[in-house]
Amino acid sequence: MTALHAVTYHADKNNGFTERTSIIVPPLLEIRDLHTEFRTGAGVVRAVDGVSYTVGAGETVAVVGESGSGKSVTALSVMRLIPNPPGEITGGAVLFAGRDLLTISEPDMREIRGGEIGMVFQEPMTSLNPVLTIGRQITETLEQHRGLDRSAANKRAEALLTQVGIADPARRLKQYPHQLSGGMRQRVMIAIALACDPKLIIADEPTTALDVTIQAQILELMKALTRDRGIALIIITHNLGVVARYADRVNVMYAGRIVESGPAVEIYHDPRHPYTIALLRSVPRLDRPRQARLDPVEGQPPDLTRLDAGCAFRPRCRLADEACARSRPSLTPVGGADHFAACFRAAA
Amino acid sequence: MSELLLTVRGLRMHFPVTEGIVRRRVTGEVKAVDGVDFTIARGETMGLVGESGCGKTTTGRCILRLERPTDGEIIYDGQNIATLDGKALRGYRQRIQVIFQDPYSSLNPRMKIGAIIAEPLHVHGIEPNAAKRDARVRELLSICGLNPNFADRYPHEMSGGQRQRVGIARALAMNPEFIVCDEPVSALDVSIQAQVVNLLEDLREKFGLTYLFIAHDLSVVRHLCQRVAVMYLGRIVEMAESDALFDAPLHPYTRALLAAVPVPDPTVEQGRDFQPVKGEVPSPMNPPSGCVFHPRCPIAVPRCAEQRPESREIRPGHFVACDEVR
Repeated sequence: MTALHAVTYHADKNNGFTERTSIIVPPLLEIRDLHTEFRTGAGVVRAVDGVSYTVGAGETVAVVGESGSGKSVTALSVMRLIPNPPGEITGGAVLFAGRDLLTISEPDMREIRGGEIGMVFQEPMTSLNPVLTIGRQITETLEQHRGLDRSAANKRAEALLTQVGIADPARRLKQYPHQLSGGMRQRVMIAIALACDPKLIIADEPTTALDVTIQAQILELMKALTRDRGIALIIITHNLGVVARYADRVNVMYAGRIVESGPAVEIYHDPRHPYTIALLRSVPRLDRPRQARLDPVEGQPPDLTRLDAGCAFRPRCRLADEACARSRPSLTPVGGADHFAACFRAAA
Repeated sequence: MSELLLTVRGLRMHFPVTEGIVRRRVTGEVKAVDGVDFTIARGETMGLVGESGCGKTTTGRCILRLERPTDGEIIYDGQNIATLDGKALRGYRQRIQVIFQDPYSSLNPRMKIGAIIAEPLHVHGIEPNAAKRDARVRELLSICGLNPNFADRYPHEMSGGQRQRVGIARALAMNPEFIVCDEPVSALDVSIQAQVVNLLEDLREKFGLTYLFIAHDLSVVRHLCQRVAVMYLGRIVEMAESDALFDAPLHPYTRALLAAVPVPDPTVEQGRDFQPVKGEVPSPMNPPSGCVFHPRCPIAVPRCAEQRPESREIRPGHFVACDEVR
């Protein structure tokens, strides 16, 4: 867990990454200059426009951004789950345990999905199959990836439900998703993700649909399970509080690009990109005295079909000048170690 | 304290649960709201918080008279509106308005923005002159921070934040004195939420509005509301001035709720001793005996399972429905 911090990267001018120090342990997952586009009636949307980040073994990385920022599309691209058409991964590489997931065969990719990489989605009701029992949905994964027979898979499924905190697992296995509460369904999703001892779990807004006390339970469960088993975790969320509680590293996305990246403590205490600064300032906080007025991020989210050559945040930025209109800034080191921001005006 | 605008007393809303298609039988009831009392003073913003299924939205719908309550009184400006019908109900509905959560589903996609905002004026026959109605729509759009030309657009041409501004403009069209805001910012992006919260505050001052603000986001409620009621399983478990409730919560459920909200600061979070509350919200069809929170409560004693705690005024203006807190 500690060795991974010896690997540092900095962005070169092409928005790609070059190594600065020698590699001691390669990261578990390395996304390099990923591009994903969608062809829509309104034009080509560059949903992911040159995203690079790494996840070390056992590390918890948060990807924060608003709807349309490309945070989910990046994750779906990693899993090669982009519907084509209209979507297409048009460039980049996704290195996972030494292999490029974008070039391996579909059968190999199927082995990785649900095998070495587990997934937890936002809406457990729509991501579970409503006509299959909970048990079948867990054993399916085990039979597919681990070649277990039905009775062994059942036994393992029971153990998994116990691990995710579901009481009376034997009875629950025979039930259907609609018979479970939202929190319970999300626990089942986590059990499925854990079924094949993955090295990485990608959780896309895992608690957004849940109530706050249940959200806390699910996040604590995910944190404990991934920590105990050394599973790396990518949490995709828009909730800045969740990120602060659980993430080691944070990538902030805006309009298809990472605009700031760094250790969680640095991002929160020394944000450099004007978007990160404005976002953190705009949320009311329970641990601070009440403000007279909130300080919102002005303007509207960007229309991805109408981006120009300049910085996408420019229309909402208080610091923008002519340079920001000419080209989009790439990630450059700012502040402490491993802290990058894509802004011409972010002081180094 | 200033004049009371709304008094809710013993409000109950029970929905029948039926079985069978050909011959429907009532097999149970969901006690969505089960004995709720509170008041709202004119010009005040009252927060109603709780998790899904706690009855906060149903309470709002009863006040809007989108539901006819099973029992209880809703006294609005001196008149009990819980049992109003027909013309009297329509008259009442001109004075109150609602802003819904989802700006995508609460605007008719086939109507232009101008028509959406003008509809209440049309329905209530307030402004028969089309040109004046049009001018009023443009005025409302600009009050809500939108370009008046948006009147000619359709909802799909706008972002979520802009649509919610349209929903607010529609609510303002009738010059209401009271607005029920049901999760008005929860569907919006983080960077847009603060814009809408500020707009709601500006409008409150400008037009002297009274709000019932229903939400689950506690930090927004704290920012916007003078008083807050916390609901759990159809009942109010704690009610107090906003600062008192957030600085010194008394009911164990309120404490659990506040503890569960992560603060956007890793250093603060690392220093917090955090124990998530156990279990899930029980079914309102079959609520627990005694105190409805007792199966999940960290300080429950055997008596809690037997006796439903009454709301007590522990400090001036601070009500708690728990016998174990002093």
